[in-house]
Amino acid sequence: MTATKTDAPVTAAGGGPPKDTGPEGAARKERLSGLVQQHGALAVLVIVSLVASFSFDSFATGDNVGNMATSSAFLAIVALGMTFVIITGGIDLSVGSLFALGGVLAAWGSRHGTPVALLLPLVVCGGIGVVNGLLVARSRLAPFIVTLAAMLGARGLMLALTDEGAETYLIGKGSFLAELGQGTTLGIGNPVWITLALFAAGAVVLRRTRFGQHVYAVGGNEDAAALMGAPVARTKILVYTLSGLLAGLAGALNAAWLASGVTILGNGMELEAISAVVIGGTLLTGGLGFVSGSLVGVLLLKVIQNIINQIGSLDSSYQQVVSGAFLAVVVVAQTWLGRRRRLL
Amino acid sequence: MAEAALRTAPLDRTRVLQWLQTYGVYAGVALLLVVNIVITPYFLSAENFRTQAVQVAPVIIVAIGMTLVIGTEGIDLSVGAVMALAASVTALYLGYGLLPALLVVAVFAAAIGLANGALVALVGVQPIVATLALMVGGRGLALVLLPQLEDLRNPGLASLGSGDVLGVPYLILIAAALALLAAFVVRRTTFGRQLLAIGDSRPAAQLAGLPVRRVLIIVYVLCALLAAVAGVLATARLQASDPTSLGNLMELSAITAVVVGGTPLTGGRVNIAGTVAGAVLIQLLTATLIKHDLPPSWTQIAQAIVIVCAVYAARGRGKR
Repeated sequence: MTATKTDAPVTAAGGGPPKDTGPEGAARKERLSGLVQQHGALAVLVIVSLVASFSFDSFATGDNVGNMATSSAFLAIVALGMTFVIITGGIDLSVGSLFALGGVLAAWGSRHGTPVALLLPLVVCGGIGVVNGLLVARSRLAPFIVTLAAMLGARGLMLALTDEGAETYLIGKGSFLAELGQGTTLGIGNPVWITLALFAAGAVVLRRTRFGQHVYAVGGNEDAAALMGAPVARTKILVYTLSGLLAGLAGALNAAWLASGVTILGNGMELEAISAVVIGGTLLTGGLGFVSGSLVGVLLLKVIQNIINQIGSLDSSYQQVVSGAFLAVVVVAQTWLGRRRRLL
Repeated sequence: MAEAALRTAPLDRTRVLQWLQTYGVYAGVALLLVVNIVITPYFLSAENFRTQAVQVAPVIIVAIGMTLVIGTEGIDLSVGAVMALAASVTALYLGYGLLPALLVVAVFAAAIGLANGALVALVGVQPIVATLALMVGGRGLALVLLPQLEDLRNPGLASLGSGDVLGVPYLILIAAALALLAAFVVRRTTFGRQLLAIGDSRPAAQLAGLPVRRVLIIVYVLCALLAAVAGVLATARLQASDPTSLGNLMELSAITAVVVGGTPLTGGRVNIAGTVAGAVLIQLLTATLIKHDLPPSWTQIAQAIVIVCAVYAARGRGKR
């Protein structure tokens, strides 16, 4: 059902017959495809949510929406860092492992107080991000393979810390860390507030700062950016560091929410994050993208997951089929739109 | 004298690097073999060699397909999902006999490969995203078809998994035959030449009038078929179909084997023998650490270091 809904923007964009070919029509069409590229995911999200709230009584309830928001928060934080990396034309496969590692480190560190519990994951995951960035920017290795190695290494480190995954560290009740993950402010979970704040900051950094402009420039055309005097290597190192930091933070918050450093989390999270970023309209070729789209992409994935859980008769493996099909539809639509815009 | 030494030093360094790039994998395998013969008890037994070879055979088969895809400057993340799909389809259709079941598996795998190839070659989607979609969807489909582990009782499948010829298991023979076939195709056929040309420069291949789209689609279909072969063989060895965990992270093992084996991710160059050696290297490394009671976490960290070193050593090659 959701799959048919997602077809809407594709037919609107890709199947539009080229009737008027005058300059005005061309400009209008270009604007239209730009709009679909930017807001297509949002439109689908609104439609799917509306249909779901009419179809299922339990969808639009406060509890369900609150649960969806909180469980989206952690993936959203990871996707925020991934957005920066992808806009520079790179990719970060290590975030899932760093998420798990961050959670375990936070839970392990919580015995020594909240500052340690928060700083430890940030320092370690940020450090791994720095190494990723150095290998990509200075040694000029392919981001795909560098972060793949980091993914294996970070998971190995996490397993070594937890006696091969047998040991689960707990986070004591009542600590500030537990409150950060489990508490609510104005009826909305703290992780949701933190996520919103991070996205607002991310949007400002990307749109309004010199660093943000460098991120776009590096992703658009690295050689041109270097010739213009943009610090290409520094920008790359910074985005991988940011991605590592955010993945570690998301892991720590998730551990605080679950009150323990669960070792089996984060498997396949890098792929979910990449899917969300791509669905949100950021181009994997780099140079084009925005953080709000990634937030929408994460929400869309979580809403689809929720709907499939609501249907009940479908088991969760259908969710993978739908997510995969959806991702395929989105990238095909994006490629079509991109080609059309280039041609015009 | 000192001056002369200074002048020749950089030359020697590049020569050493070059040598490492070409023969580093084989040297690594030889080193691990020697080290194991010295420090690991019972390492030289035929039983041990058979176990290691049987374990590495599916990885080799998948990695051969991955080498071809990477040779076209692509990547295929869906191989693990195709293995899982092959396992569940085998279980579903085994009732009609082994051969019909294998045919249906081939049809499913070819369909996935076709979808990958069409997205990459016709639509122009980046390989990593196109195959990511099929990876997520393919594993989901495998689980929809067969939600949980199922024991399989079929004499034909059983003999495929554990039978042997003169003491050499079928799995090893199949993997070796496929590796030889792939090496022959890449070196001696028009298709192989076209594949390398496309990997070198797709626009140039297009301008030269090569059938770029057709070759790309065939490569992705071949990769999926090889992954399906690996899936069926792994299922035959397990005597059970396990779509939940079969082929998990296989895409990473295969990519690791390819990269360690010296096939650059930038395409245009294919080294099938290196890929086989790369898979064997990782297998030996894992086995060494396990036999000396080092935990799996160490294995992963060691694997990460090997990957980075291999890519670092191969770095200069892309530039030349």
